[in-house]
Amino acid sequence: MSATLAIMRLETRRLFVSPLSWVLAAMTQLLAGLLFVMTLADIQNNPNALVDAGGVTVFVAGGLMRFVTLILLLVVPLLTMRSIAEERKQGTWPWLVASPIGTGALVAGKFFGVMGYLTLIWGLTAAMPLTLAVFSPLDMGILAAGLIGLWLMMASFAALGLLASAMTREPSLAAVITLTAILLAWLAYAVSAIDWQPVLFGHALDIAGMIRGASPIGHLDSLLRGLFTTADLVYFAVFVLTCLTLTVLRLDAERR
Amino acid sequence: MDNTPLLEATGLVRHYGRHPGVADIDLTVAPGDVVGLLGVNGAGKSTILQLLAGTLAPHAGRIRIAGHDLARAPSHAKRHIGYLAERPALYGELTVDESLDLAARLQQIPRTARRDAVASAKHDTGLADIGRRLVGGLSKGTAQRVGLAQAIVHRPALLLLDEPTSGLDPSQLRGMRELIARLSADHAVILSSHLLAEIQAVATRTVIVAGGRIVLDGSMSDDETSWIEMTCLRAPAPDTLTGFAEIQAAELMGAGRVRLRGAPGTDIRARVVELSVIHNWGLVGLRASGNDLEHRFMAATGQTPATHEARP
Repeated sequence: MSATLAIMRLETRRLFVSPLSWVLAAMTQLLAGLLFVMTLADIQNNPNALVDAGGVTVFVAGGLMRFVTLILLLVVPLLTMRSIAEERKQGTWPWLVASPIGTGALVAGKFFGVMGYLTLIWGLTAAMPLTLAVFSPLDMGILAAGLIGLWLMMASFAALGLLASAMTREPSLAAVITLTAILLAWLAYAVSAIDWQPVLFGHALDIAGMIRGASPIGHLDSLLRGLFTTADLVYFAVFVLTCLTLTVLRLDAERR
Repeated sequence: MDNTPLLEATGLVRHYGRHPGVADIDLTVAPGDVVGLLGVNGAGKSTILQLLAGTLAPHAGRIRIAGHDLARAPSHAKRHIGYLAERPALYGELTVDESLDLAARLQQIPRTARRDAVASAKHDTGLADIGRRLVGGLSKGTAQRVGLAQAIVHRPALLLLDEPTSGLDPSQLRGMRELIARLSADHAVILSSHLLAEIQAVATRTVIVAGGRIVLDGSMSDDETSWIEMTCLRAPAPDTLTGFAEIQAAELMGAGRVRLRGAPGTDIRARVVELSVIHNWGLVGLRASGNDLEHRFMAATGQTPATHEARP
């Protein structure tokens, strides 16, 4: 436990002294802030949009969080590439491996370190729709479901990024692998909108449904609409744990 | 426990794909030993140290450190090791104090003892005054000392130092040698180098590695028989030389130079001059040419001069 904390502290410290992390945080705030303001302007120009969308919380918070997920596509690969791949490249990795910490604790420390930073971005994102509470009643249930969804999404991307980072000693390559994997998840979700049900052995296969089920984006979507189901939570938990377990296995295999 | 060696490695094998890395490595280290791993670049020194540090797993063989099996109880075994890799593990964005605090945390030193551990490691490596400097801005020699301080912060019984003096300037080199000699009073040390002089300066025992195997494992004092090198205008054949009772071995080095060795503990220089006069070899130079260790290192690493079998 204390070893995990030590790695987490190291990771957080390295992130917060790096200009890259600050620029990424600033960029996220700028883009999300612009979208937030544009959404408010949209409401002012076209108040009926609120009725169609199903209320101010879904319209503003849902849209904002969907957009932040898109920004994460850029942010997470740049963060996680530093976690393992860069340590390998700068020669600090063998030292961590030679210390009496298990690989599991090492990976957990890395994961929570990245999540600490992402949670900061998450908090700043949450603050935007929350300011609306001063002027308008918000549906806190929908907002909470959406925020939980966003955080779980961050955790999934971070775990995926760590796995990619464990696979190579080239940070840029780790970033590209993560970016491609997350883009594939988006693409799968987009493709799942096509209604295609081929018949195999007399059964209609719901390919679109299966793809939607496999991609994390679909699970976030229902949370953003305020639909809080155990299935989605379990999906994210399984996704994160699978990625982290594969990371541990990959790192252990590397020594052999 | 007293009879348990600090390190006991038996039959270690590690290959890289089809390329054999190291094989049949047997090594035992007792408390107080300072073992020098000597070999040319690529001989397998780093691989052996990585196996002992647990950053690589052997494909065969086992390693026990202070009685703990490195494969079965890695966290117990690793607590007794301090490892300084060839490239010291330094985070440029941390200060010296933060680096050592991190090392202490990773070694799970309790919070109450951590500050003292860091202070004592800094004191031993001469870093007491630069605790607040960023590691990224330090000179190579100082950075190397920070790496060493990180390795000793938990006071391990065994230090594994991979080429600790490579890339240092002469004054940093001397400082590092003195530091290692000082540390060897409290810690057993295995250090690697491709330079014989480095090993001779600090080690009490030399292990020569060539082609991924240990070709010599002996204490430094076993190897004191010195070779001499003579230069003659009319150099005799090695066979002729070994025909004299005093000369035990002879090797032709080309250009009239011959390497000679007498019986252990004897000085054959006067006799060689005498023989040269009697047999009219035209002796123009005579000098000491290193000891047996150097000779064996040269032989093991393929740098040996032409032996008399090669030239009948």
